[in-house]
Amino acid sequence: MSTRVPRTHPYIPNSAPQVRKAMLAAIGAQDVEEFYADIPAALRLDRPLRLPEPLGSEARLVAHMEELLSRNTAVPPGRSFLGAGCYRHHVPAVVDEIINRSEFLTAYAGEPYEDHGRFQALWEYQSLMAELLSVEVVNVPTYDGFQAAATALRMAGRATGRRRLVLVGAIDPDRLSRIRDYVRGVHELVPVPADPAAVRAALAEGDTAAVYAQLTDHDGRVDQDLPQYIELAHQAEALAVVHVNPLSLGVLTPPAELGADLTCGDLQPLGIHPGYGGGNAGFIGSPDDERLVAEYPSRLFGLAPTDVPGEYGFGDVAYERTSFALREEGKEWVGTAAALHGIAAGVYLALMGPHGMREIGATILANTAYARQRLASVPGVELPDPQAVHFADFTVRYTGERTAAEIAEALLARGLHGGTPAGADEGRYCVTELHTRADIDRLADALEETVK
Amino acid sequence: MTDHQTSGSVDPRIAPKPALRRFHQARWDEKLIFELGTPGERGVLPPLPEPTVTAAVGDPAELLPAALRRSSPPALPELGQQQVLRHYLRLSQENLGADLNVDVGQGTCTMKYSPKVNDTFVRDPRIAALHPAQDASTVQGVLELVHRLEQLLKEISGMDRVSLQPGAGSAAIWTNVSVIRAHHAARGELEQRDEIITTAFSHPSNAACAKTAGFRVITLHPDADGYPDIEALRAAVGPRTAALLITNPEDTGIYNPRIAEFVRIVHEAGGLCAYDQANANGILGITRAREAGFDLCHFNLHKTFSTPHACGGPAAGACGVTAELAPYLPRPTVEFDGERYVLDDDRPDSIGKIRPYLGVVPNLVRAYAWIMALGAEGLREAAETAVLNNNYLLHRVRRIPGVSVPYAEGRPRVEQVRYSWQQLNEDTGLHSEDLGYRAADFGTHYWTSHHPYVVPEPMTLEPTESYSRADLDEYAAILAEVAREAYEDPETVRTAPHRSTVHRIRHEPLDDPAVWAVSWRAYRRKVLGEQP
Amino acid sequence: MTSAPSARIGLVVNPVAGLGGRVGLKGSDGAEVQRRALALGAHPQAVARAALTLRRLPSDVELVTVDGPMGASSAQAAGRPARIVHRPSGAATTAADTRAAVRALAAAGVGLLLFCGGDGTARDVLDALGPDPRLPVLGIPAGVKMHSAVFAVHPRAAAEVAAAWAAGRGVRLEDAEVVDRDEAALRAGRVSARLYGRLTVPVLPARVQQRKTGSSGPDPGAPAGIAAEVAERVGPGGLLLLGPGSTTYAVAAALGAPGASLTGVDLLRLGPANANATAAATATAARILIRDARADQLRALPATPHIALSPIGGQGFLLGRGNQQLTPELLRATGRDRLLVLATEAKLAALAGRPLLLDTGDPDLDDALTGHVRVITGRRSGAVYRLSA
Repeated sequence: MSTRVPRTHPYIPNSAPQVRKAMLAAIGAQDVEEFYADIPAALRLDRPLRLPEPLGSEARLVAHMEELLSRNTAVPPGRSFLGAGCYRHHVPAVVDEIINRSEFLTAYAGEPYEDHGRFQALWEYQSLMAELLSVEVVNVPTYDGFQAAATALRMAGRATGRRRLVLVGAIDPDRLSRIRDYVRGVHELVPVPADPAAVRAALAEGDTAAVYAQLTDHDGRVDQDLPQYIELAHQAEALAVVHVNPLSLGVLTPPAELGADLTCGDLQPLGIHPGYGGGNAGFIGSPDDERLVAEYPSRLFGLAPTDVPGEYGFGDVAYERTSFALREEGKEWVGTAAALHGIAAGVYLALMGPHGMREIGATILANTAYARQRLASVPGVELPDPQAVHFADFTVRYTGERTAAEIAEALLARGLHGGTPAGADEGRYCVTELHTRADIDRLADALEETVK
Repeated sequence: MTDHQTSGSVDPRIAPKPALRRFHQARWDEKLIFELGTPGERGVLPPLPEPTVTAAVGDPAELLPAALRRSSPPALPELGQQQVLRHYLRLSQENLGADLNVDVGQGTCTMKYSPKVNDTFVRDPRIAALHPAQDASTVQGVLELVHRLEQLLKEISGMDRVSLQPGAGSAAIWTNVSVIRAHHAARGELEQRDEIITTAFSHPSNAACAKTAGFRVITLHPDADGYPDIEALRAAVGPRTAALLITNPEDTGIYNPRIAEFVRIVHEAGGLCAYDQANANGILGITRAREAGFDLCHFNLHKTFSTPHACGGPAAGACGVTAELAPYLPRPTVEFDGERYVLDDDRPDSIGKIRPYLGVVPNLVRAYAWIMALGAEGLREAAETAVLNNNYLLHRVRRIPGVSVPYAEGRPRVEQVRYSWQQLNEDTGLHSEDLGYRAADFGTHYWTSHHPYVVPEPMTLEPTESYSRADLDEYAAILAEVAREAYEDPETVRTAPHRSTVHRIRHEPLDDPAVWAVSWRAYRRKVLGEQP
Repeated sequence: MTSAPSARIGLVVNPVAGLGGRVGLKGSDGAEVQRRALALGAHPQAVARAALTLRRLPSDVELVTVDGPMGASSAQAAGRPARIVHRPSGAATTAADTRAAVRALAAAGVGLLLFCGGDGTARDVLDALGPDPRLPVLGIPAGVKMHSAVFAVHPRAAAEVAAAWAAGRGVRLEDAEVVDRDEAALRAGRVSARLYGRLTVPVLPARVQQRKTGSSGPDPGAPAGIAAEVAERVGPGGLLLLGPGSTTYAVAAALGAPGASLTGVDLLRLGPANANATAAATATAARILIRDARADQLRALPATPHIALSPIGGQGFLLGRGNQQLTPELLRATGRDRLLVLATEAKLAALAGRPLLLDTGDPDLDDALTGHVRVITGRRSGAVYRLSA
């Protein structure tokens, strides 16, 4: 056999020498260099890129990647107590089956005439999410929950024409960082403790666009004063923007039912793998109020008839959204964000149904309560807020001599991932529906050995 | 069959396939999911709390005020597992992913092949199940990968540091604008430098991000040859100039040969220059941001570096900057301390977080694997072939009656072309959109352009390196057929599509606040008149 | 506004429209030009072009028209019935004939008026319908000059819009400028354009689903955005001269001074600063001091004004066409810094790289103003664009 057969790269069919030659001949060109005639010589890279040698075959690539992956530890769910914005929940096999379909995974931005399925799946996502949030409008997902919060606040700013944003309670510092970056120069952030009196005082200064509060805060605490914040916001003619963990809404009241104007959060808990933080996606929901709809930068799909009676299609609602903004400072943008995660969340909600969402919420509430109770029974461990109700996340305080960092390290040595330091003597934990009582007891036992 | 007489009457030779495929899109006539299922059906069962747990804690919700306990479960549909699977599988079949069609019609989006093997890496639990708060010692593989990908992109762009945190291209533009803002703020010039300059053929997110970040936006329009007007740039720059955000080649596929001069003019005025490299696919290994003098650049990993478009994300963006600007990049960065890979979150000048954690890590994995499969020679081969494919398609398409190629007559194009159907429109009254809808009847589609249309009746094609000559010939033949129909049988085009899942959509309800329906809930209340 | 009040469509044809173009004359207005055109061998095109539209009109539409070549001939050629409501008096080729026919069709209760002709015909329609015409009108293109924004791109496209209007689907009513060029100047080789007014035109917006990327939300060139920029530049209580055009007209309304003149120059005084600083965008309303000002009224103003201008029609004329009230003396006194150029991005895009034009009548001033100017395209948005004589 000849060994002269070219090793044409499988991803680049027309790089086969004879194909390239024939195509150049068809165009009437001598060399591909002719197509680069407009690039001045001074800008041309005069050497090959200095990159590692290519791996040459799919088999070698797999081996190389295996070597890298082998240095990652996929922790069994019962031994991971990490949460705080990214969660290990069960991902139903049907969700993975759907979002790994080539038709969805590799599509982009076609018309409904090629991509009816994408439009319907995303419209259904909006609709399923709308039931969960108890709203009538939900956007096609934005990048992540950070962006959803930041955009919801800018929307409130445009809708009210006001400057101040009152932020209530313990907020993920990374999310706060994103918000700060996104509203810089346009809005003033006024962080206040989770206390209606503090919110009232902040609102008294006037010019408040929004009160931003959380149904469950960064520590997983259900904020029982939420209805008051919403009422105070409305009394000040500000909007109430409320952040939620969507997985809690089978058991907790959707803020919209308490009067929240904008509800936002991250979709990741709804059937999306953590992917080292790559699984996040943001949602925003609101009542079907024209003035709020006008301020969404995102796509909003709507149901519409077609030329054929009895047939429906989908398209963009309010394609040319006219802002009612009093102080137009730019209306953000719409672009590639996280649509496939929206489809995943839709499939997840369809599988779970009303009862599944209620059950999983109840299980997580119970497991969280049990874990808090059990860990607090360990000498040297106490709860900063023993009366509170928590969902998934919670923080404990260590009263012994060992620091939170030392304790986390000691747990890790026992194969347990958790206790992320939140200050020198506090550690973060998270339990989900995946944890058994035995898992939680094991953690408590390990803490008993560790906390001194 | 034993009767030779009968079987002999059937000609066993099968006629060759016609030049254009007799395509028909899947049409399941599928209901909305809310119209499916029956109360009592369940799709998946979550674990219940263990009885001893319940015994220990009771019902924690009881501790909440009634106002915070959901009074009735969400009105989600109730379906069995296979019923959910089937519904979504049918919808997937009514969707035309890039794996299934010759997807050269989404110009500027670089719909290249996303290798299947790279998907297997991200589905591996050692990526999929990793939690970002895991101790660094348990994620050394992914940290090394992110670190290595940064080194690769530093060489490809020539920049000194690269952040991989942005979730997509527009988020990367935002990141660059935020870095520009931090740079001028650090020098005490932010109040003074409040203008950002961009061009009409750069991606509109450049203008949108700049404006959202509080800058004024100055747009340079193309001159008669399609190049951004350099005299307009000279007139635009000054002490208020914060930055130039520019694409090159622009969405016309025309490379601006005076780009270094553009950069120099802005630098002399004290502004920074950011290179939107969304259109980098034709110039990998040919020319870099560094050589043209840029301070910042960004790539779209889902375009140039092959990660799948996923119906519009998750994607990933990469921002490259000079050493001077590196302190402002999002935190954390991944560093190698000589022994192990660590996250450095202690970066006081950083603009902060752009996306949670390290960004869309699964797509970083895919992009890394794609580059490693190609190497330097392969990247250049990809670029050259993308450009060859584009000029080949240009050669085929420009001969179709009714098409023109505005600007820079006779000049080659880089990796894409913005065509115009203006002549066909004047001859037939049909619009570019109509032709695009008809193309759907042949199993493909194309995109027009951003708004406002600078090129009238536009069509933007970008063939990438992924498609074979036969693929390109088929695509050109479809366009030729649609154009022929437009002249000879315009009614067929005007009422297209005919072989799609759905027919022409009536858009009026989508613009009418009284009936638009963003959800099933809204549809029931507003259109069906049901009480919630 | 998307529905049709009735599916009764009127048609008026200017049979001599387009005559001049085929034989190299730059228009067809006036009997003398028409005679010359016919002598040069021109054939009337308009009747056939209108027939092209009629062939594609749905059969259930009631067609109302004018006898002879002003309508009935086209209907006959298209093989469709039409009700005749007007008979022209003479040769049926004068502007007066067109105006009379339009009035008759309007009186017959048509819901949509199709006219076949060019810019001159559009002016006649405008004249006949009065100063604030609400009757939807659509031009079937058949003229030499068609710079007004009232024409469909093709006779068949006109049919498509008319059919959509009749079916009550997807049609939006928009104000469109009627522009015409100075014939005498034109035949002398000088381009000149003037805005005459507005007609209401049905538009079938090209619906593009593909919002894959890009800026979203409102058109940044919305008049309110441009007006906010203008207000910021002029400052509270400042004087503002607004040139002709629908952009400046809408800006006046957004500034709180509706009823500015569409075709003339108006002097406005902006409202005083708003005491309530938190609602800066809701500044107090501007007032029109002089509507449709003459040059002599602008000679001795109490303070130096800003001048806001918008390019008219397809040629991009900014100064010297339809706004000669803005004399070279006034422009010099005001200075280039106070000259505000307003245009949406779409309007600039439509110039396809051609410069904005000026012809103030003072060559030195033209030279001084030539160069690149800042254009206000929306709130916090602008362009830098070439202005040349």
